[in-house]
Amino acid sequence: MTSLDQLFVHAANTALGLLSDRLRPWASIALRIGVIAAAAPAIMMYLTLYERKVIARMQNRFGPTRVGVYGLLQPLSDGLKMLIKEDVVPRGADRLLHLIAPILAVVPAILLFAVIPFGRRMIAVDLNVGLLYVFAVSSIGSYAIFMGGWASRNKFSVLGAMRSVAQLISYEVPGVLSVVAIIMVTGTLSLTGIVEAQAGRWFVATPWGFAGCLTFFLSGVAEVNRTPFDMPEAESELVAGFHTEYSGMKFALWYMAEFLEAFAVCAFTVAFFLGGWQGPAIPFWALAGLLAAISAAAAKLPLPVRFVGALASAGAGLLWRAEPIPSWIWFLGKTYALFFVLIWFRGTFPRLRADQLMGLAWKFLLPLALVNILAAGLWSAMPFPVGTALSASLLVVSAWALVRLNHPAQLDHRTYVLAD
Amino acid sequence: MSQTELDAKLLEVNLGPQHPSTHGVFRMNVTLDGETIVKLKPVVGYLHRNHEQIGERATYIASFPFTDRLDYFCAMSNNFGLALAIEKLGGIAVSERGEYLRVIMAELTRLLNHAAVTGFLLNDMGAFGTPLLYAFREREKILDLFEAASGSRMMCNYVRPGGVRQDVPPGWLDQARRLVEEFPRFLDEFEALLTENEIIRQRTQRVGILPKELAVNASATGPLLRGSGVNYDIRKVDGYSIYPRFSFKVPLGTVGDVYDRYYVRILEMRESLKILQQALKEINDASPAISPKGLALVKAPRTFRPPKGEAYGRIEAPKGELGFYLVSDGTPQPYRYHIRAPSFINLTILEDMCLGQKVADAIIILGSIDIVMGEVDR
Repeated sequence: MTSLDQLFVHAANTALGLLSDRLRPWASIALRIGVIAAAAPAIMMYLTLYERKVIARMQNRFGPTRVGVYGLLQPLSDGLKMLIKEDVVPRGADRLLHLIAPILAVVPAILLFAVIPFGRRMIAVDLNVGLLYVFAVSSIGSYAIFMGGWASRNKFSVLGAMRSVAQLISYEVPGVLSVVAIIMVTGTLSLTGIVEAQAGRWFVATPWGFAGCLTFFLSGVAEVNRTPFDMPEAESELVAGFHTEYSGMKFALWYMAEFLEAFAVCAFTVAFFLGGWQGPAIPFWALAGLLAAISAAAAKLPLPVRFVGALASAGAGLLWRAEPIPSWIWFLGKTYALFFVLIWFRGTFPRLRADQLMGLAWKFLLPLALVNILAAGLWSAMPFPVGTALSASLLVVSAWALVRLNHPAQLDHRTYVLAD
Repeated sequence: MSQTELDAKLLEVNLGPQHPSTHGVFRMNVTLDGETIVKLKPVVGYLHRNHEQIGERATYIASFPFTDRLDYFCAMSNNFGLALAIEKLGGIAVSERGEYLRVIMAELTRLLNHAAVTGFLLNDMGAFGTPLLYAFREREKILDLFEAASGSRMMCNYVRPGGVRQDVPPGWLDQARRLVEEFPRFLDEFEALLTENEIIRQRTQRVGILPKELAVNASATGPLLRGSGVNYDIRKVDGYSIYPRFSFKVPLGTVGDVYDRYYVRILEMRESLKILQQALKEINDASPAISPKGLALVKAPRTFRPPKGEAYGRIEAPKGELGFYLVSDGTPQPYRYHIRAPSFINLTILEDMCLGQKVADAIIILGSIDIVMGEVDR
């Protein structure tokens, strides 16, 4: 345990150590709440900038550049704008529910942050039922969405809310089933326990972990209503779906809930399958050495590039031996990398239709998640090469079969006549 | 509750006129059973600007700037259509170079329209602007060419009876040749991203099928008609201007769904590039950009009093058959000035294509028809 790794833990302990014994437990709770309450909006604000910048680059644009250097103050100006905007409530809407709904959406999103293991010993509450808590809390969001859609007294909002509830309930099933395998293998529901169980090997490197990771991540993307599953707020047909009638700060709260949940989905995928706050199982300096050798040997690159690449890799390897990368950097790095995938989806995929979306959940992800439980059982019950081979082949065969069965018969490759 | 009572709960939704994906101020009065469309009533007229009446009060030439505002994506081809009608009415010959420049402009317009409409279609599918912005990047290059030739990017007001208003600046043709050379790279990239995309195929194949007979009966034209497999391209059928000199094909769809219309547009862009290559090779500066008779008409519009009679000039605009019908009573103003707008006529079969489909499909079907409200409402 190096100092950098435990920097935040030490700082918190030192601060709490100054207080009397009677105050300390309360102060400890207040500190945890305070950190999450402060960090969540900050994370959300910069996620919006991250998304806008990345999407802009994908679309040959620059994104925000005017407010602050490289647009870094853009989220602040957006937040300020949202605060001073007029709050419009449609005539005939249920004013109380209209107000409560966005708040009810944000609260569970922030609650989720309590069990995210940001680093070694950096978890606000290490619940022994952490995994259950994640699913219990995240499903509250669908109440908020339906409440908001209903209270708006707008047909688009109701349609959006209806789709949303159907979608959330459908995707929760494969989402929960995909982590059952983890519980079977690790025997714990605690998130710290799950991350620690991946010390030697990230679960994504096992056959069942790979399938589970995909299932969980896809269901998660669908649950937070992001492209290509952004049916509830399909702007081209439903204006803005359930939050059509929201403006000002209430609208900002909806967005905050969406971004925080998307961040949480990435964080939980990292914690469950991608090794959490642990680095890769192979020592990093070995990886760097390999990279250095490759870049030195790469014949296609010009000589200076090879030289600099080799030097940089070797340097990184040496640095790593002296001071390992702190666990929280690993965790946040992986989470943001995964969030990049979300943005990438948004930048490239068109939207599925509501019925096709349901088909994906019930006809593909759900059977795959069920087969995955069997695969995980085979993997842990059999000795090493046999179990891996068996579960891998089982998953490949069933995924192939599911793709074949689900492939719509009417899709065809066409030939076009070029008439005179 | 009995089954009939359950069925009776239909939801009536007005999509538009202020709706992000109706391509302007267009309203669809949709009756929904769950998410399935059981009735759809298109409501138009929000952008009515009295274009035809204004045309009857103005001289023949004065209508040109107004035609820019019909289909504001394709100003050049709108000008072209009106010029054809006036030439037929007044018996005006067209200069050789003028003909080539017009065809080049019209085909460039087709490129930019088809690229942009495909981008919009993907936007309607929820692809958050990326394909649209890729298309707009190419469109910008074409608009730069238009600006260099006519002084305006979108409201070009460039084609005149007898030729074009002014010759293109030096170096313009080389720039156009470069664009034609580079455009296939964009098309290949665009196709690599879209044509085989599983989501796009799921969303568009077998959606919004327009049968051949219905398409003909509803007098649909353009890619909408050819997507249904009817071989009807006015450049071939009518052979107006100098189109018979060029070799090009007419791509035809087989099923007549949204996917066919998308792909027919992609193929049409490739054919347009062929025409452009030939035109840019054959064009020479032997003749002026406008014929003497045309120049006289442009210089003194009120002296142009065509003999009594009528004329119908039509072109294959990017959206379909764009026709200008003029009746002359021997005065400087047309007695009757009518426009056959392809967007408007193609829009009339929207309901037939949408019935039984989902709301999300209606948006895509509308996007695949390719309408511009400026032309629908006039």
